[in-house]
Formats: sequence, structure tokens, C-alpha cells
Amino acid sequence: MGTVEAPELTSQPKTVDTIRMTGAEALVQILLKENVDTAFGYPGGAIMPVYDALYDHQDSIHHVLARHEQGAIHMAQGYARTSGKVGVCLATSGPGATNLITGIADAQIDSTPLVCITGQVNSSLLGSDAFQECDVLGISMPVTKWNFQITRAEEIPEALAKAFYLAKTGRPGPVVIDITKDAQFEEFDYKYEKCTSLRSYKPKPKLDHAKIEEAAELINNAERPYVLFGQGVILANAEKEFKQFIEKTGIPSAWTIMGLSALETDHPLNVGMLGMHGNYGPNLLTNECDVLIAVGMRFDDRVTGNLSKYAKQAKVIHLEIDPAEIDKNVPADVAVLGDAKESLSELIKLVKPKSYEEWLQRFRDCDEKEWEKVIKDELHPESNILSMGEVIRIVNDITNDDHILVTDVGQHQMVACRYSKFTRPKSNITSGGLGTMGFGLPAGIGAALGAPDRTVIVVVGDGGFQMTMQELATIYQTKVKVKVLLLNNEFLGMVRQWQQLFFEKRYSSTELINPDFQLLAKGFYIPTKKVTERENLEKAIAEFINYDGAYFLEVMVGKENNVFPMVPSGSGVAEIRLE
Amino acid sequence: MEQEVQEFTITAYTENHVGLLHRLTIIFTKRKINIESLTTSESETEGIHRFTIAVTETEEQVKKVVKQIEKQVEVLKADYYTKKEVVQQELALYKISTKSLTNGLEVERIVREHNARFLTIEKHFVVIEKSGFRRETIALFNELKPFGINEFVRSGRIAVSRERYGIGRDVEKILTEATMV
Ligand SMILES: Cc1ncc(C[n+]2csc(CCOP(=O)(O)OP(=O)(O)O)c2C)c(N)n1
Repeated sequence: MGTVEAPELTSQPKTVDTIRMTGAEALVQILLKENVDTAFGYPGGAIMPVYDALYDHQDSIHHVLARHEQGAIHMAQGYARTSGKVGVCLATSGPGATNLITGIADAQIDSTPLVCITGQVNSSLLGSDAFQECDVLGISMPVTKWNFQITRAEEIPEALAKAFYLAKTGRPGPVVIDITKDAQFEEFDYKYEKCTSLRSYKPKPKLDHAKIEEAAELINNAERPYVLFGQGVILANAEKEFKQFIEKTGIPSAWTIMGLSALETDHPLNVGMLGMHGNYGPNLLTNECDVLIAVGMRFDDRVTGNLSKYAKQAKVIHLEIDPAEIDKNVPADVAVLGDAKESLSELIKLVKPKSYEEWLQRFRDCDEKEWEKVIKDELHPESNILSMGEVIRIVNDITNDDHILVTDVGQHQMVACRYSKFTRPKSNITSGGLGTMGFGLPAGIGAALGAPDRTVIVVVGDGGFQMTMQELATIYQTKVKVKVLLLNNEFLGMVRQWQQLFFEKRYSSTELINPDFQLLAKGFYIPTKKVTERENLEKAIAEFINYDGAYFLEVMVGKENNVFPMVPSGSGVAEIRLE
Repeated sequence: MEQEVQEFTITAYTENHVGLLHRLTIIFTKRKINIESLTTSESETEGIHRFTIAVTETEEQVKKVVKQIEKQVEVLKADYYTKKEVVQQELALYKISTKSLTNGLEVERIVREHNARFLTIEKHFVVIEKSGFRRETIALFNELKPFGINEFVRSGRIAVSRERYGIGRDVEKILTEATMV
């Protein structure tokens, strides 16, 4: 009896649901499947096949042509943060890709979901130092959540499915997909399936109920509990649950700059801003609370000041999605790992309704002191010199606290965030972790495209504005109704402030001899106005905001004004200075 | 409280992904931690790779590094061990001139006493192999030195935990759960 020969298993017959197309066309099809209707970028040799494919889909994908790749990626960031979608950014190989790096690093540290697609030289040329070849994978690895290089068209669907999935799930972040030009040209049998899980990747830690109970127990027995909230609340869409939580427990709550707008400014339990230029009470009383409840924030050094003098007296509860943030800077007594929405929903059930009138009063007393020493004069200056604060105050009045604020980096950022008022979440866009000058203007363009029904006001300094001001051309070409408010102090203000306070007023390379910004805006065909006197300010701001379209408003503010309060670097939060 | 530095072995079970090595070493570079040795190999589970990384650091720092490693998309599980918590070995090769053998039995005695062995004996050179702890391979080095060492190399540390099952168990669990979805 002979052995039975098993029939050889042939590879699966080609399924009928594949379509033959080029890699570049497949890429565009995938963008459509992932509901991408807006992308930001800049073309060049190695990404041309993709741009060619986009040409056929202009009705469904609006490609915003920036004037610099850094502009494109900050736009994608602003777009992602107001729309809640993944920001998509395209660039060519070599310099196109390296110009994205600042924005990628910014998105990584501020947890912004991005998919960046970069062209790459032909796969046969990889490693040969070909024209515009650059090791994009290597160079972006330290600043991406994930990255991948595609050298064959058939890799495109799986890699992009992963890219979108990884960018937006768990703690969001930027992903780079580098595609060689030959893979874009190559034809293959296309089929797309979205990615919904990866065996090595756990986006959300499973909630541990024992930890929720422990946290609730601490909260219920606290005498002076204090909540610090960050962007985690916004990223988890947990604004509602967060409010329920603090309203039920009656706990005073302070925000990090990334958490701003998660809770309306005028909420009685919103005690203000944390950090180096945050409010007086929120910093000072960090060292007097008995239970510190951190929600979706990562204890950045700009928030904590000197760690050896930070909240040593308090039991710390840390609600956080990323296990690597637990005990990184401030050790947690109770770590509640999980998505803020889920954790808060469970915690709400176990906490007791309470109020802390006396404790809240401490914050109000501090506010009064800060008002007298700092705020009164910032918002209603007695001198003739205009202040940044009064400009922001008038903006609040005219928008009814209902605008989206986008800021660049520096004094104006701190002032705008300190004094802007918000009634709606996802209304504050800023470069928090990286502090990237040049972020504001392009991020504002993206923010406006991501929230077309809202008024977007970009507040920039004269230094940072000049880092990406060429994007005024994008505003004109794309007809974005973004409002640019330049607070001109003719200095790199924040650095000058430090020079004044800590370097004996040695103003080394911080004075700016500026161009005529009015002429400049006119050159970009954007309506413009300049204010130098208080009597014209209110009218100008009203016109600026009510104008139906983009507008450029320049306000000359005090050259040597300082932002206070301030926790000097190296000091503890309780050593906050009011003057 | 400042902690003392000590020897740690970090183990990570990962997917086999181009560039992952770079991603993991970046975590150390970013914190200016010196990697004393790094070995990658297969693990007991098919298709799953294993990194074994030797560092001398404070436990606090190592804990943070391990969390950063585990955060990487392709890493299934990572953990760290003190010296006492692992069974560890290194492998060293010593190349000396064949002539050293012909002048008496001294080299053969040393090799025997050190539990080393001759890997190959060629016309002009011999290669001696020794596995063991660092101090043992160094001790042999010092004894062979007078005979002239033409070439010396030592592998990275490899180590298995002293637990009955290492984190491989957790990896198996992750993989089983993944196939159930
Ligand atoms: C790309 C970049 N370069 C340098 C810095 C350092 N820096 C922080 S604030 C600042 C001054 C910003 O000046 P300006 O844009 O005029 O704003 P102001 O502080 O005057 O409001 C500088 C140079 C930075 N944050 N980002």
C-alpha cells in the first residue's frame, strides 16, 4: 500500500475584491477610507506620484499647500487638535522630510495624532547618498510614536492602516510613513482593511477597580483635595465626565496649559493656571493640599518647578493612560491607569458629594492678592503704554469667550493663556511641551480648517511670527478666515524678561529691528491695521473680529513689560513671585 | 533619595521589526545611559525576539527605562533583574600563538584549571573558549596575557531569570489573547 500523496496547498486564489492600481493611487484611496478630507503638504520629486494621484481627487481631499514643510505640519497639528481627527501631512524626501521634524517633535511631546507621509528615493538607491536622500526613519525615530519605510506597493495598505490606528489610539502621537518613489509607481492588487488591534500594542490599560476604590477612599477622606488637569481630559473627550467629577466632589481644579479649555474659565471650581507663569493660588496651594489628583497630565517641569519642593505633603492620585508617565516625575500613591473618560466615569460612582468652602476660599484669597499685585494693572493699565493683557481682555469681551485661541511661544502665549476666557472645550491650541516658536500662525490655519464654524484668533509675538510668517500666503491662497493678532513689543520678550531678571539686563541679541508688518500683510493681500494708542484699541479689535475673512491686527505693546507671577526656574512652586 | 548604581539585566520580548533595535537604544541615549552589552536572539516562542541589555544604573532609572521600552509599539513585554535574580553568562574567545603551546604544558594547565577549552588548533594560532561570569573571563585573560593574546572578544551578557517562568509566560498570554480577538 503506497502512501497517499497530499495535494500541494497552492496559494489562495486571488480574491475578487482587489483592484489593480499604483501605490500612489492606493495611498489616496486609503486616505479616503480613513475619512481624510484635508491634508497639508508641499510637493517635490520623491512624492510626485502621490501628488499626481491627488490631482484626480481634489473634490474629496482638500490639499492645503503650505509655504514651508514646517508650516504644513503645524497646520496638520492645529487641524488635528480642533477637529479631533488625525492630521495628515505630506512632504518630499530629504529637505522636505527634515523640515517636518520640528513639528513631529512638537506633536510627539504634546500627543497630537498625525500621519506624515514622506517620499523617499527609489529603493534601489537607498544608502547610496542619492539626490535628496536622507535617513528619515532614523532621524524621526526619537520623535515618533511609530514609523515605517515602504519599499514595495503591496506594503502600503497594511502600513497605512497601522499608521492611522496607532496615531489616534491610546496616547495619540505622530507616525511617519516613508515611501520610496518606485513603490508609489508600482502597480499591485489593492485591498484595504482598517487596523483595529496589534498584538504587541495595548492602547488602553485595563481599568483596575481596586485602584479606583483606593482613589475614591483617599478622595472621600481628604480635607484639602486638589485636582490638576491636563490635555488627557481633552484627548479622551472626557470634558463632561471631568466636570461631573469635580462638581460632585466639590474639589478646586487647576489646569496645565495643555488642559486649558477642558473646563470653562468661569466655572466656580476652576481655580486657574498651573506652572511657571500660572496663577498664584494654584501654585502656592499645591504645597498645602492633602490629596493631589492629577488627571491626564504628566507633571512637566514647567508645572512642578523644583521637584524636591513639590507637593511633598500630599498623597498623589494619578489618572493616566500612559504607564510610562506613572512615577516618572512625581511618585503616585495611587496610580489609576486608563483612559480618562473611563476612569472618571467609574470614580464618579464611588466619590461622595462634598464641598470645601474654606479651602476654596484660600484660592480666592490668593486671587485677590494676585489681582492687586498683577492682574489689575495687566488688564487695566494706568500708564499710557498698552499691555498684552488688556488686548486679550477686549478680545474676550467681543467674542463672548467663544473663540478658539491659538498662540505662539513667549510672553504673549503666557498672557493670552492666563487671561483668555473659554466656554467651549478644544478651544486652546498652543505648543506646550516643545515651546516651538513659529507654531502659532500655521497651527491657526489648521485650527480654522478643522473648526470652520468657529472664530480662530492667533496671538503671536513679533519674534515667532517671523519664523513662519510666509504662511500668510497660505491664508490668502486657501481663503482661511483666520485672525492674526500680533502683539509687537520689538523684543524677543520672554528671553528679554529673563535677561532683565537673571542676567542683569544684558539684552544680548533680543532686540528686534522689525520689518514693516503692515506693508508685509498688505503684500499678502490681507486686510490689516496697526494700533498704537489705547483710544483706538477697542474699535480695531471689534473690526478685526467681526470682519468676514482673514485679518491682520498689529498692536504695539509695552517693550519691557514682564509676565508675572513667576516661579523662577529651579525654585519650588511655593516660591512663586508676584513681582 | 539618591540610589546606588548596580548591575541590571533588562529583558524585552518583541516583534521582529526593522529599526526596533534603534528605537530601543535611543531610549538609553536620550538619558545618557551606557549600554554595556546588548544581545538579540530568538526566544522560546516562535516568531518572538528577545533583547537582553546589560546596564549599570540606579533602579529608579532602570524602572523608567523599562517602561519606555515597553511603550514601544513592537514590544510585548519588558522587565529588569538584579544580578541575584538571573542566571547569566558571557562567552569569551582568546586567540594565542600556537608556539605558546610548544613551550611546555603551562597553557594547557591554565585552560584546564579555568574550565575553558580549545575551540580550534591551527598551524599558527589556537582559539580558546571560555564561558562564565565577567570576572572569570577576565581572570583567564590575565593568565594568558604573558603568552601574548593576538585577539580577544567577549560576547554580551545573556541571562535567564531565576523565576520558574520568566516574562515569556506573560508574552504567551498576550499572544493567546490576541488570537482570540
Ligand atoms: C524655535 C525656538 N527658538 C527659540 C526659542 C526660545 N524662545 C522662547 S520665547 C522667545 C521669545 C519670543 O519672542 P516673541 O515671539 O517676540 O514673543 P514675546 O515673548 O515677545 O511675546 C524665544 C526666543 C523657542 N521657544 N523656540
